[in-house]
Amino acid sequence: MSFLDHISQFEHFDFEQKFQEVTPEDVARTLERDRLNSRDLLVLLSAAAADYLEPMAQKARRITHQYFGKTIGLYAPMYIADYCTNYCTYCGFSAAVDFKRTKLTLTEIEQEAQAIAGSGIRHILVLTGEAPAKTPMSYLVGAVEILKHYFSSIALEIFPMDEADYKILVDAGADSLTVYQEVYDKKIYKEVHPKGKKSDYSYRLLTPERGARAGFRALNIGTLFGLGEPRSEAFLAGIHAQYLEYEFPEVEVSLSLPRMTKAKGGIQPKNILNDKGFVQCMLAWRLFMPRLGLTVSTRESAAFRNRLIHLGATRFSAGSKTDVGGYASQHTDATPQFEITDERSVDEVAAMIAESGYQPVFKDWEIV
Amino acid sequence: MLEKQHDPLVLGGVELASRLLTGTGKFSSRAQIAPMLAASGSEMITVALRRVDPDDHQKNILEYIPDTVHLLPNTSGARTADEAVRIARIAREAGCGDFIKIEVITDMTYLLPHNAETLKATEILAGEGFIVLPYMMPDVTVSKQLFDAGAAAVMPLGSPIGTNRGLEMKPMIKMMIELSRIPVIVDAGIGRPSQAAEAMEMGADAVLVNTAIATSHDPALAGEAFALAVRAGRAAYLAEMAEEKSYAEASSPLTGFLGE
Repeated sequence: MSFLDHISQFEHFDFEQKFQEVTPEDVARTLERDRLNSRDLLVLLSAAAADYLEPMAQKARRITHQYFGKTIGLYAPMYIADYCTNYCTYCGFSAAVDFKRTKLTLTEIEQEAQAIAGSGIRHILVLTGEAPAKTPMSYLVGAVEILKHYFSSIALEIFPMDEADYKILVDAGADSLTVYQEVYDKKIYKEVHPKGKKSDYSYRLLTPERGARAGFRALNIGTLFGLGEPRSEAFLAGIHAQYLEYEFPEVEVSLSLPRMTKAKGGIQPKNILNDKGFVQCMLAWRLFMPRLGLTVSTRESAAFRNRLIHLGATRFSAGSKTDVGGYASQHTDATPQFEITDERSVDEVAAMIAESGYQPVFKDWEIV
Repeated sequence: MLEKQHDPLVLGGVELASRLLTGTGKFSSRAQIAPMLAASGSEMITVALRRVDPDDHQKNILEYIPDTVHLLPNTSGARTADEAVRIARIAREAGCGDFIKIEVITDMTYLLPHNAETLKATEILAGEGFIVLPYMMPDVTVSKQLFDAGAAAVMPLGSPIGTNRGLEMKPMIKMMIELSRIPVIVDAGIGRPSQAAEAMEMGADAVLVNTAIATSHDPALAGEAFALAVRAGRAAYLAEMAEEKSYAEASSPLTGFLGE
């Protein structure tokens, strides 16, 4: 059974009413439980649970220490191309946005790699837009083969592919895959992805599964907060993660909480997720899945990220640039995909983690 | 007295005075490792190769471990025997020595070991001269197979990694201890010193404790507490203390009438 079959049972589910029905007693009962089910996840994401953030946080911290220790993994994103044929209404790289597109040569990728590796980062996340004609398989394989010399783990956040294509990249040395559904609500998905390959909801939804079958050892998924109704989106992302953990027990599953910031040409977010909502979602996911990785990017502010360390986060990006060629300062006219709000250097982020009583972990994988 | 007895743990010909093995993961700072080792007297510490970075721009994790302590690199992250073998070879080339703790895990929910792949990796690595310590699901038959494959010890889990639930697998581990020809080291799940003492009392040759020490408020003090418990448990085992009974001792013997 694919996740498409799994999620279809929620197609006519009245989330609004179900969330409203949750009572404080339900929340208290869920907090007493060890192994949580999807009903518990719903309870923890409800408005009623918003009054229980402190006990949720205490439990989340305890569980995170137990399974991950007092550590935070570090990674950095590397944008290698911003060509895109999609028309995502919220994205700065959308084909509808007119700006000078850039693609790094393999030599430039190596220069970027040197600049990033020089900061101590050993886990890299490679990003492109969706333009296979501009970034064909040969180019992606070439990039992975260069990056292997500089990094211990190579994650990809590129356009969705078929299993066989992913397999080529896994064999080349990529080990992790990040792909966000953006929005689980089908209707909104159609609205914000009006045309282009990405308008195929199901193909995107099943991408993590294809990645797992192709042999990626880690999957990172998420919903882009700001598009759909946050509680139901968080619920569906949570059960998606649980589905992947259950179906692919050998894969490490993580969730991210990207929320919309101002992108060039992008729409204004409809459903703002505030800090309190962000924290509730993170805590609910942690309690629901004790071993779930929780990734927090530099979209979030320095002050906020300093707090999230104690609330279940397991991985931070650091020193990030979201424009193509941003690290070695090539293509100084490139456009960032989104604005960075935590602009601290890798050293500064690592120092903050250490001061918070956690160990910054730069290397946590070995390409064998 | 335990102090005066020569009672080393022998692994692959190497003698260790301490029967407490420790780990390097999960500490809030790597600087806590050396004081923990000093306080606990642990002479062997496991380190995941995936965390070892010879090009570390700060201090390499291995530099935090005193030379007097034996390194036990582990294959954390391996999902197959083949991956474990490759990680072990990289560890040896990186100067981590001949000891290897095999961890092959294909279940990310509970991090339980895959015995069949572990056995395969043990055969290959023992053949290459490694001193192999396989992390395993408690199983008497597999334990014997690991011995035949050349393992220097077996490391059954007490309960899943990081759970602090203690000896949930006690009956199985007890049988393993009874039948094993090589040391049995209880690894994973030991959350408090009393649980470590319990494992040692029942005859385990050693215990490996990481999470409980590393995530405590004072890892050095926690390390010392575990060391004391391990010694207490070992002494009790050597003293051949009477076992607990699940039935009452009859006060009127059934055979008393037989007389002198």
